Amino acid sequence: MTAVTVPRQAPDLREPKGWRRSKNRIMTVLMLLSFVLVIIPLGFVLFTVIAKGASTISWQFLTGSPIPPNVLPAGIGGMWPAILGTLLITGLATLMAVPLGILGAIYLNEYGGRNWLAALIGFMSDVMTGVPSIVMGLFIFSIWVLHFGYSGLAGAFALGCLMLPVVIRSSYEMLRLVPDPLREASYALGATKSRVTLTVVLPAALGGIVSGALLAVARAAGETAPLLFTILTVTTANPNVFSGANTSLPSQIFSNASQPYTGAQDRGWGAALTLIAICFILMIAARFVTARFTRYSR
Amino acid sequence: MEQPEQNVVAQTETVLPKPAALQDTRPPDAAVSTGATVFETDKVSIYYGSFRAVTDVSLTIHENEITAFIGPSGCGKTTVLRTLNRMNDLVPSARVEGDVHYRGASLYAPGVSPISVRRRIGMVFQKPNPFPKSIYDNVAYGPRINGIRNKGKLDEIVEKSLHQAALWDEVKNRLNKSGLGLSGGQAQRLCIARTLAVEPDVVLMDEPCSALDPIATGRIEDLMHEIKSQYTIVIVTHNMQQATRVSDRTAFYSVLRDEKSDTRTGVLVEYGRTAQIFEDPQDTRTQAYVTGRMG
Amino acid sequence: MKADPAGTAGSAPLAHKRPLGDRGFQILALASGLLVLVILVLIAVTTSQQAASWFSAEGLKIFTNNWDPATNQFGALAFIYGTAVTAVIAIIMAVPVSVGIALLLNEVVPYRWSRPIVYVIDLLAVVPSVVWGLWGILVFAPWIQHIYASIASGVNGIPVLGFFFGSPTSGASFFTAGIILAFMITPIVTSLSREVIATVPQIDKEGAYALGATRWEMITGAVWPHSQGGVVGAVLLGLGRAMGETIAAALVIGSSATITSRLFAPGYNMPAVIANQFGEASGVFRSALMGLGVLLFAFTIIINVLARGIVERSARRTRGA
Repeated sequence: MTAVTVPRQAPDLREPKGWRRSKNRIMTVLMLLSFVLVIIPLGFVLFTVIAKGASTISWQFLTGSPIPPNVLPAGIGGMWPAILGTLLITGLATLMAVPLGILGAIYLNEYGGRNWLAALIGFMSDVMTGVPSIVMGLFIFSIWVLHFGYSGLAGAFALGCLMLPVVIRSSYEMLRLVPDPLREASYALGATKSRVTLTVVLPAALGGIVSGALLAVARAAGETAPLLFTILTVTTANPNVFSGANTSLPSQIFSNASQPYTGAQDRGWGAALTLIAICFILMIAARFVTARFTRYSR
Repeated sequence: MEQPEQNVVAQTETVLPKPAALQDTRPPDAAVSTGATVFETDKVSIYYGSFRAVTDVSLTIHENEITAFIGPSGCGKTTVLRTLNRMNDLVPSARVEGDVHYRGASLYAPGVSPISVRRRIGMVFQKPNPFPKSIYDNVAYGPRINGIRNKGKLDEIVEKSLHQAALWDEVKNRLNKSGLGLSGGQAQRLCIARTLAVEPDVVLMDEPCSALDPIATGRIEDLMHEIKSQYTIVIVTHNMQQATRVSDRTAFYSVLRDEKSDTRTGVLVEYGRTAQIFEDPQDTRTQAYVTGRMG
Repeated sequence: MKADPAGTAGSAPLAHKRPLGDRGFQILALASGLLVLVILVLIAVTTSQQAASWFSAEGLKIFTNNWDPATNQFGALAFIYGTAVTAVIAIIMAVPVSVGIALLLNEVVPYRWSRPIVYVIDLLAVVPSVVWGLWGILVFAPWIQHIYASIASGVNGIPVLGFFFGSPTSGASFFTAGIILAFMITPIVTSLSREVIATVPQIDKEGAYALGATRWEMITGAVWPHSQGGVVGAVLLGLGRAMGETIAAALVIGSSATITSRLFAPGYNMPAVIANQFGEASGVFRSALMGLGVLLFAFTIIINVLARGIVERSARRTRGA
């Protein structure tokens, strides 16, 4: 039997007429526009900081000391006390928060499992990332500074409290990605749980954990509010992080920002550029570690 | 590849014992029509990047028939199905060579809008995927995006589509409840109603019953027979019995292994009336598959 | 619980008690986890203690608009008002932009192009609050002051517009703080919205396309119903961040404890007044500022618990569906 084909007009398969296509296009444009709306201020800030800060930055600026009074122009003294302060205080905070954060994540992932305590700790840890940084500063002020005075250590405590939940969350995500067969192989060789965790699981997740920690450090380095009531702000370098008031780059920028003197403002821009450079380097380092050293990723 | 219709029963009794399970169980009035050509593919090959997934498929789908695509896993039957309504466009690396004609118009010509194509050629998926909206809004979604806003008209369309999908009686009192609360079989019938609501010309079905129990499967197969007179249906199925129960024509696909590059490419082996494919397959591979020697 | 055959040691001849080091490590890990809860409780307790004298001195009057340290008046309504206003302005501006970018990244842009866009968002997130504040007060505020002035002169007298946008105007104002806060909370709202939108099952999207939907119709039909809960959670988290962001607000809000509907006028908010005035405060004044910190802590904890709860519930519903 042969097919009987009724001759028919070929269907019109072009775009449907009217508003549907335009609506789709408009929405796509709006979505692109929202991205542009974000690039513009970012570009402005970076451009301004680089333009205004670059003229202030010099070897003298980075290593000179002490920080001069606000009226004096840039070129006299330098920001070394602030740079030293940032390095020491952020470094101390990192030393405290990162190991504790990793241990906390180990508890959540390796020991806690589904029990209610682990669920509570995980949930409250996420909630803690939303606590304003100034509240951390007030907390350390009440519990430490009132008894032991201002110091870089107090500032480190405050920054550490900020970093802890962030490190816990990012380390937990990395530990979760390590496949179970790795653990089982180690158990099968007779290892205890702590040994399995320390010698097999942790090294496997290390790249991601380090990357997450670097990002937490970048955030802490830029924080000002927790340091306001814990380190005060001084103008001479204080290498002793355990006693005596101290200063940091963000603290200096904050106090310079509200000054009318151009010298102070110039120093503010220079410090801002230095701070952004530090945060930027940490962010790049985190990306590098993720790209090269992370074995398991989503 | 069309075979002239013959009386094949006498021949098969001497060549192969006719397995009891492959009795012709279709309702007696389902005469096989040989109507207008709906799809015509001409040496179609589908690539993902440089990997050739399916090669040289040439077949013709006829109006108001149910055509089944059968074959082992990985032979490209779903890939070919998705080529018929340009769903492969959603995969960035997918590329189609050769031509696919739908009622005379080329589906892949420049200027063809996939949106217009898909309005005419609908698809039901393996796993029921109702939207997280009410049953009413699920079925009304298609008509709404095509510009129908009138509540009365939408009510009419929703009721008609749910009737066609044999779901109306079960849900008519809870049209406002979420579509996610339905059982598997009901959800799949909802998806069918949703597809029919835009009044397509063709309904493509990708293993629509594989996630359902036998009773739900039976209801959908009955549904297919009922709507056949208004639509053209192409169904991919893993279940050979289903193919014999519902389809008028069957296309059997298999896999070509390339030893050198260790890749598998799908190929259309044989295509013809269902009775002939199962009772008198011309190709040894077809024979091996339908008699169960190959899985 | 991770597989731990060592823990099921029974009476087999090779069984032994878990070594001390192993037990010790577990305790150490547990203690580190508990540290989170301990810190949160300590924050609540110590700051409330310090704020006690304010609460007892003022009682419910803390909610009046009567802030004058010189005469020992510490009604804080102006700061609560300012916190709410700046946070709301920030959310109104940041949410459409953030959700737009999240949709752009997940649905529109091919994978290869999404990486640079994500880098830009990360860059936005890494700019420290104090740098935003520095740029805000020295560059942005003087520039936008002119725009405010022209708008105000245009709408003065018109009923609704004049109410919000009339004079007085100042570069450092509620609105400027709101804008800067919007820039700062965009990365977190974007990244959370992205996570939520990415969980929409692919077959739902294909179902919409198979009905002949355009991309936007697919987004409204299949993506949005799944992700609206999660996006609400992300918005709440952004709100919490905006409320607590201190330094940028402190520099650009104008430091004027007034309640006014004029958004271009200078104002104040809770974190900003704490940052600016804590240094010179003592006695009840200091206790009052501490009390503002307690209020801030309470608000942000409540918002965060709500937000995380909503995101969890929405994620569970999508997975279960």
